Amino acid sequence: MSGSTILFYLLGAMTLCCGLLAVTTRQIFRAAIYLLFSLIGIAGIYFWLQYEFIAAVQIVVYVGGIVVLIIFSIFLTQQAGEKLPKQKLGRKIFSALAVFCAFALTMLQVYRHEFSIAPSNTPVTVRDIGQKMLSTEQGGYALPFEIISILLLAAMVGCIVIALRSKPETK
Amino acid sequence: MTLEPGLYHILFISTALFFTGVYGFFTRRNLITMLMSIELILNSVNLNFIAFNKYVWPGQLDGLFFTVFIIAIAAAEAAVAIAIIINLYRSHQSIDVDNAEELKY
Repeated sequence: MSGSTILFYLLGAMTLCCGLLAVTTRQIFRAAIYLLFSLIGIAGIYFWLQYEFIAAVQIVVYVGGIVVLIIFSIFLTQQAGEKLPKQKLGRKIFSALAVFCAFALTMLQVYRHEFSIAPSNTPVTVRDIGQKMLSTEQGGYALPFEIISILLLAAMVGCIVIALRSKPETK
Repeated sequence: MTLEPGLYHILFISTALFFTGVYGFFTRRNLITMLMSIELILNSVNLNFIAFNKYVWPGQLDGLFFTVFIIAIAAAEAAVAIAIIINLYRSHQSIDVDNAEELKY
């Protein structure tokens, strides 16, 4: 067993364990921290797959952006040290059962299917990504790129409009 | 099945992560924790795209671009969701979904 294999299993175990803890812990701040480590684990898997650009984007956007946003909103909306209320046992059991059955079914289908795995070791460079992303030819991604830019702008304006404190007398 | 990590191992991780997120979405009743579950689900989808791009279509970059765009959309979605959550907290003093039954006022 090589070091790369051990590293992969460690990253996978970290991702899954932290993800599971993030959805089961009753302290919401800890849930955010577990989510953070789960996302870092996924970024590690991207590094392991040699997609360094995606790993960097994952760390910058998710770990640096979304988790910080979530932690700020926890500070704004929760009382410190308060635990989340306990859920009904029946709901937990049935959710776990449904999720486990769906998981088993999906994995069964996945293992039954033979994917045509093509061996390759061509690394993806950032130059390739940039040229493909801004190319206007067949198979280029210039139009989706522009659409995503418009979407981000619209989301930003929408956030400001939603979060503006409306004056009570103008309601 | 071999011990050497390959496509199936990554698919196992992403499927497990997806259903972990679904479990959280079913059981949680707090809007922020539900948002965290959605992030887990989106991440598992990204992992799937990257794995297929790496192992099944190694010469292409399409899976990678889908991942980039999903990350951008997830960031926009999280920002809008948190704006809505904070607005809800201002009007209801709670971010529990059971207390947020009406959509306006």
